[in-house]
Amino acid sequence: MAAPDAPAAARPQPRPAGPRGRPPRKKGTSAAMLLIAPSIVFMTLLFGWPMVSGILQAFGGPEGLTTANFTRMTQDPYFWSSVGNTLLLIVVMIPIQFVLALAMALLIRAKPKGSSAYFYIWAIPLAVSDLAAGLVWLTVFTDRGYLNSLLASFGLEPVSWLAYDNYASMFMAVLIAEVWRATSLVFVIVVAGLQSIPKDYEEAAGVFGAGFWDRLWHVTLPLLRPSLQTALILRTILAFQTFAVALALTGQNFPLVVGETYRWYTGLQDANVASALALVVMTVSMITAIGYLKLLKDQSEAPR
Amino acid sequence: MADISIKGLHKTYPGSTELATNNVSLEVAEGEFMVLLGPSGCGKTTLLRMVAGLDFPDEGSISIGGRDVTYLPPQDRNLSMVFQSYAVFPHRKVRTNIGFGLVMKKVPRDEIERKVAWAADLLQLTPYLDRYPAQLSGGQRQRVAVARAIVMDADVLLMDEPLSNLDALLRLDFRAELKKIVQQLGSTTLYVTHDQVEAMSLSDRVAVMKKGQIAQLGHPITVYEEPADRFVGGFIGSPPMNFLEGRVTQQGALEVAGQSTDAPEFLAHTARTGGLPVMVGIRAENIYLEQRGIPGTLDATVEVVEPLGHATLLTVDLGGQTIKVQVASTVRVSSGERVGLRFDQSAIRFFDTETQLGLTA
Repeated sequence: MAAPDAPAAARPQPRPAGPRGRPPRKKGTSAAMLLIAPSIVFMTLLFGWPMVSGILQAFGGPEGLTTANFTRMTQDPYFWSSVGNTLLLIVVMIPIQFVLALAMALLIRAKPKGSSAYFYIWAIPLAVSDLAAGLVWLTVFTDRGYLNSLLASFGLEPVSWLAYDNYASMFMAVLIAEVWRATSLVFVIVVAGLQSIPKDYEEAAGVFGAGFWDRLWHVTLPLLRPSLQTALILRTILAFQTFAVALALTGQNFPLVVGETYRWYTGLQDANVASALALVVMTVSMITAIGYLKLLKDQSEAPR
Repeated sequence: MADISIKGLHKTYPGSTELATNNVSLEVAEGEFMVLLGPSGCGKTTLLRMVAGLDFPDEGSISIGGRDVTYLPPQDRNLSMVFQSYAVFPHRKVRTNIGFGLVMKKVPRDEIERKVAWAADLLQLTPYLDRYPAQLSGGQRQRVAVARAIVMDADVLLMDEPLSNLDALLRLDFRAELKKIVQQLGSTTLYVTHDQVEAMSLSDRVAVMKKGQIAQLGHPITVYEEPADRFVGGFIGSPPMNFLEGRVTQQGALEVAGQSTDAPEFLAHTARTGGLPVMVGIRAENIYLEQRGIPGTLDATVEVVEPLGHATLLTVDLGGQTIKVQVASTVRVSSGERVGLRFDQSAIRFFDTETQLGLTA
């Protein structure tokens, strides 16, 4: 997982010029190599090698390298609907999560009574596993769940929220469960980001005539940009991987891309197509992350 | 342009039992440059923040130009302010930083441009208008903060220790510049500082604060020459005023360190009924070095000699009490030397030993 300060690390660091450009001592280089060696070994074993073997598997077949796995993947009846569902979920969910997280973080910043209690309560879903969250929400949305009991107590007809033919309510159920589960990640990052912004800026904006929305738009949000960028990258990549909640709630009725990977690997026992799917998810995630970094580039950090 | 009227302000910060301001009342006239001076924790910044609307008082009222603003948010008060940390927006170029308040006030674009150009010219920021604050020096950022405040044509200009983050030389330069600019604008200004030199040099009037209250309010020279109590005398001036334990005898003489000189008439008068212990206050520059034994002088011993360039500062032992004496740098004197001290009678101040308040005729 990327650390919150990852974009900062990507910036070019000016090389400290020693007096008269003295070349670095040989001894220092070998010490440096020695120090980074463990992490190189670690990265190679746990990231490099699985990735290479995954890529090979995605293009692997009985007669050498082939793209047949990708053809099989796209010809699967669930594939395009899983892509559609995943994209729809991301497009609807992420704005909701950011608005909610920002509102909650601003509330904490306003320091009402018991604000630290709110913080811990709102951060709790971070600790809940996605499958558990899915199961909890299943007890709400299932045919004889809490929601239908509530409707019945008002004398209303129960609704099959998670039925295959009720796409809208099925999507809403997955959306609500995911928003509940994963907003706290954005929230925690935004709270941390807000804490690093001195109050002076907002106070200055207020003194110079900016109301709440002007302060938010012209001062707080721009200063929060690095945190928002980190949260957006993390949250989008993780949203591409949404799977257990939908599986628990709807089974196969609301397929998502990573769910398909799981189905190809365990259900259909085809590791090659599963790898192809995983490769697609990875590529899309990387393109999105780079896109965000380019799109949200901070002007004031431009080279002098 | 407007006057500020502050009446009976009480403020306690949450979680603290001490009053940050305790029944503070202050009138700042239209166009006046008022400095709030005091040590840290005296409530001067709290007072400024309440005028700005960044904090609200528990009791009391603030009105600006006759309009009660006590509980209005800052954006509705028509103010401008220079912050101690400058609070120049790091994500905006100098140009949009200076114009920020005007954009918020929805001033027409060409007027904003004109005013930004005027302020940038006044503060020598024209070459930097398209830079980001991170590309400026501390002094330049400070100028941006001032420029942003002066383009506003606000009723009141507030400044919270605007010079405290500058190095000594820059501070000296900018102090004079600031005075010139504010005089040109003629705006009502409330300026907070803990630096007594800044307060003296900038203000029309200075309010010296101590423990949430105004200890003395007046013209800077008056405050310097006639401190209302021992605290003010000890806070203002470098070195601070000397304080000596003394006594006015029944015969009307002033006894200091076992030696006597004439006491002023008003004290001699009140002391007729019996001896009166007093605290004698005198500034280092109002004590003169004389030959030992001349009538009217006090015998003393020089302990430390500190040449300062423009003058020489002496630490002198006067009958067991230590005082500072400032003499011309041409005076040759060495430590251990026994000298006579003559106090400038018109510059001696007297304080009550119990209440620490100044005694006047």
